[in-house]
Amino acid sequence: MIAAVAVIAGIALLFGLALGFAAVRFRTEGDPVVDRIDALLPQTQCGQCSFAGCRPYAEAIAAGTADINRCPPGGEATIRALADLLERDPKPLDPESGEIKPRTVAVIDEPLCIGCTLCIQACPVDAILGAGKQMHTVIASECTGCELCVAPCPVDCIAMVEEPVTLKTWKWPRPAEPLAAERR
Amino acid sequence: MKQPGLWRFHGGLKLDARTARATGDQIGTIPVPPQLVLPLSQHVGQPAEPIVVPGERVLCGQPIARPSGYVGAKVHASSSGTVVEIANHPVPHPSGLAAPCIVIETDGLDERWTGYEPLSDYAALTGPELRARVRAAGVVGLGGAAFPTAVKLGAGSGLKLLILNGAECEPYICCDELLLRERAAEVLAGAQILLQALAIPRCVIAIENDKPLALEALELAIARAADPRLEVVSVPAVYPEGGERQLIKVLTGEEVPARGLPPDIGYLCHNVGTAAAVARAVLQGEPLISRIVTVTGDGVAGPRNVDVRLGTPISALVQACGGYTGEAAHLLMGGAMMGFPLADDSLPVIKGTNCIVVASREEIRPRAPVMPCIRCGECAEVCPAQLLPQQLYWHARSDDLEPLDDYHLFDCIECGCCDLACPSQIPLTQYFRYAKTELWARQHDRVRSDLARERFEARRDRLEAEQAARKQRLEEKARAADEARGDEQARKAMIDAALERVQARRDAGASGPPGKDE
Amino acid sequence: MRFELTRPPHLRPARSVTRVMGEVLLALVPATIAWVWFFGPGILYNMAVATLVAVACEAGALRLRDRALHPHLADLSAVVTAVLLAFCLPPLTPWWITATGAAFAILFAKQLYGGLGYNPFNPAMAGYVVLLISFPEQLTRWPWPQAGLGEITPVALGAWETLRFTLTGALPAGVSWDALSGATPLDDLRTRLSLAATVEQVRAGPLYGLVGGRGWEWIALWTGVGGLYLLWRRVIRWQIPLAVIAGLCLPATLAWLLAPATFPPPTFHLFSGAALLCAFFIATDPVSAATSPAGRLVYGFGIGALIFIIRSWGGYPDGVAFAVLLLNMAVPAIDHFTRPRTYGHAG
Repeated sequence: MIAAVAVIAGIALLFGLALGFAAVRFRTEGDPVVDRIDALLPQTQCGQCSFAGCRPYAEAIAAGTADINRCPPGGEATIRALADLLERDPKPLDPESGEIKPRTVAVIDEPLCIGCTLCIQACPVDAILGAGKQMHTVIASECTGCELCVAPCPVDCIAMVEEPVTLKTWKWPRPAEPLAAERR
Repeated sequence: MKQPGLWRFHGGLKLDARTARATGDQIGTIPVPPQLVLPLSQHVGQPAEPIVVPGERVLCGQPIARPSGYVGAKVHASSSGTVVEIANHPVPHPSGLAAPCIVIETDGLDERWTGYEPLSDYAALTGPELRARVRAAGVVGLGGAAFPTAVKLGAGSGLKLLILNGAECEPYICCDELLLRERAAEVLAGAQILLQALAIPRCVIAIENDKPLALEALELAIARAADPRLEVVSVPAVYPEGGERQLIKVLTGEEVPARGLPPDIGYLCHNVGTAAAVARAVLQGEPLISRIVTVTGDGVAGPRNVDVRLGTPISALVQACGGYTGEAAHLLMGGAMMGFPLADDSLPVIKGTNCIVVASREEIRPRAPVMPCIRCGECAEVCPAQLLPQQLYWHARSDDLEPLDDYHLFDCIECGCCDLACPSQIPLTQYFRYAKTELWARQHDRVRSDLARERFEARRDRLEAEQAARKQRLEEKARAADEARGDEQARKAMIDAALERVQARRDAGASGPPGKDE
Repeated sequence: MRFELTRPPHLRPARSVTRVMGEVLLALVPATIAWVWFFGPGILYNMAVATLVAVACEAGALRLRDRALHPHLADLSAVVTAVLLAFCLPPLTPWWITATGAAFAILFAKQLYGGLGYNPFNPAMAGYVVLLISFPEQLTRWPWPQAGLGEITPVALGAWETLRFTLTGALPAGVSWDALSGATPLDDLRTRLSLAATVEQVRAGPLYGLVGGRGWEWIALWTGVGGLYLLWRRVIRWQIPLAVIAGLCLPATLAWLLAPATFPPPTFHLFSGAALLCAFFIATDPVSAATSPAGRLVYGFGIGALIFIIRSWGGYPDGVAFAVLLLNMAVPAIDHFTRPRTYGHAG
């Protein structure tokens, strides 16, 4: 009886020590899952997922408090990539968070701009250039299309414009012909 | 003709060449059209930058746009006239999109620009000097890919073999065959220049064995040139033999490493038309302003090859070949396999236009229902890149694109053999093109999102730093205020003390001896 | 001038699923004729029943799955399945047995998995195995081949009597199964070897011909001729047939050389039962076979070797169906490990 207890206790101690050692020896810095999730998010920082940016959303996904289908700018590709990473089933985009739209950039109607700097403060990636009482402009190549600057503008001079397709950005369309099997 | 041991590449198809109707005539010429449309992006790489302005008069051969990066090519006016606009025009491209073009209203004088010196003896020129002449002339690969030739000439040293690609394997296309038949000497001169520019010891000109006349002309020209470095090799006519990687395999038995280039294994490959353009650029100082185009198909009355100025509308080209027949239904640029359909014949001929097919309805593939894949594996049997097209297809069809890289999607040369072998009529090549461009776009998005993350984090750090700084400032102010308050108390205490002293003195005076004023 | 857009590449594909399936049916014609010659018209009735039921099941399933009828019925894949199933059944099989097999093959082995292209198992073999397990007695009652069997004077049913049997399952009055049928050569060999006879003694009997079973060897020969036609037409590639034959003959030769009294020669294996039908027509079903050239060799060799093992030591005289189904299961693994090297990539 005592021998059995001692053996079990001994084993428990041994495993405890091993685990403790492993925890110290193989300690990981930060939370790599969050980083890997964050790497898959489009970094639009738009907040449509109801979090204050891509990183907080990534943390929420990692913590299990948010689903993987709340990112409209990432669209299906992002959901699929997240599903692959987390080994879950992909699911359609949550309609509450918005809908998938083509990528846009903000454009300021410059003659209308009164130089209030509100949009500059709203922009999460510092893609708007300007100063108080001076005209503002959007650095198109830095704009993520998050639309966060649209609402604060008191004179409604910011429009979201679809990025034009050029020879460089054009994509071959997915073959449109349905399989005979899929047609009635 | 020397016939060394040849190797074979995997797969491929024996296709009906369909060139007989266009090879009967000599290379024709066509009059200068009233308007030339010259796209700024006729080559692989960055679009050229215009160096003329609307209203400016330009001469035939005058540079009108310069390369904006290392991988780029000049554009030259292909006849004299006036630049009327620089604006977006539809360009020949699978997308059907418009892109910036320089439009020239020709004056019919065809006055020559003489900025580039002709040169009878180039023996004294170094490699870089020859390369500069090629670059100045705006020469690009004329086999269809339109890669800037000068960039290719900058690729490495210690090359062991120059391969001139005359293996025109795609149905309908015969512009290289006619070039070899009529201008073999020019091609050889180009070969000699290329050999000198890169100090390559040997040149093989590969030509398919179904072009006996071209072979004969080339052998005669080689005998005349009496240059031991040059030789002709006749290769079997199997599509896609003319693919650079396939041709290298056939001639040498070696494979170009994936994501590598032929110079990595000591070979340099140029199209025979490119060699002729190099000879013209170096010897005559003539920039690339025209090219030979095969005009063929059931929809054109007089199929033939034409030496046509770049920027000429396709409609004028077809007109010069007898116009359309009643059967004309589809317009293709390039051959029947890798060519792409055009919606409109007002599009211009560009540097990469090797062939225009005006096809009848019967001539090309009818739209058949796509059946499910039956895993017959014929696609893999014919794939010259030794890929597994059906595996690629399963993933591309379910939009599961990430694993495609593992299946070497980017080694696909888009030759279309798998499409032709597929009994289920699955548009495999288009799936692969779709998947490739989609993956490139995602890669591009990833770069952008990394940039956005960086900027977001930088902004966050900045805001935090600003906030911290503000907090610190406030604290300091508060402390200063505190100190100030302390000072006040001290002063007040001082004043109080002084007042007390005064009061004390006053009290003392009242009781003590009388003051002076008393 | 405006032009209609098309899809590159613009050349016409040389083949279609319908043509592939049609060629397979065409290639089975000589073997069918040989079959009728030796075993009477029963196989034709079985083919008709199986085809009717298979096509009806296919149509019904397509309707239920809300799919277009036209291209799918026209692809002839259901007909090929039905005909291959009929090739495995005894000539005298009542219609309900044939119908059950065809219905199972199409509904369970094919359509439930998603129809043409998606079935992991060969539908004809799946249907056959279900019948073999459900109706063991009926499926092993083979009539004597009408090929001069010496002292055995076989009773043969005429075309009309055979039809009546197919429709009713009843033999004509006065005809017994004993007079009509006997064991197949493979079955006979198996039984008598277990009774301590030698191969040589067994093969001296009237059931046996030059290399295989009397009559059977000719059917096998014509099946092989059909298979060569498919090879010539590039409907099938050489790897699977060669590998099946090699997988069967190599161990068979080895065993025969070591113990000629208990193991028949490889030629006997090849020309008996469904070995050649399997090599050229069943194992080569592209949907359920391995796809890479190396994978096909492994797949075919596995089938051939399993046929030998089942015939020599298993519970059934001919092991084709089980061998094929077992290797069907291994296909994903085979394909995974036999991916060919891509151009420009190291081994």
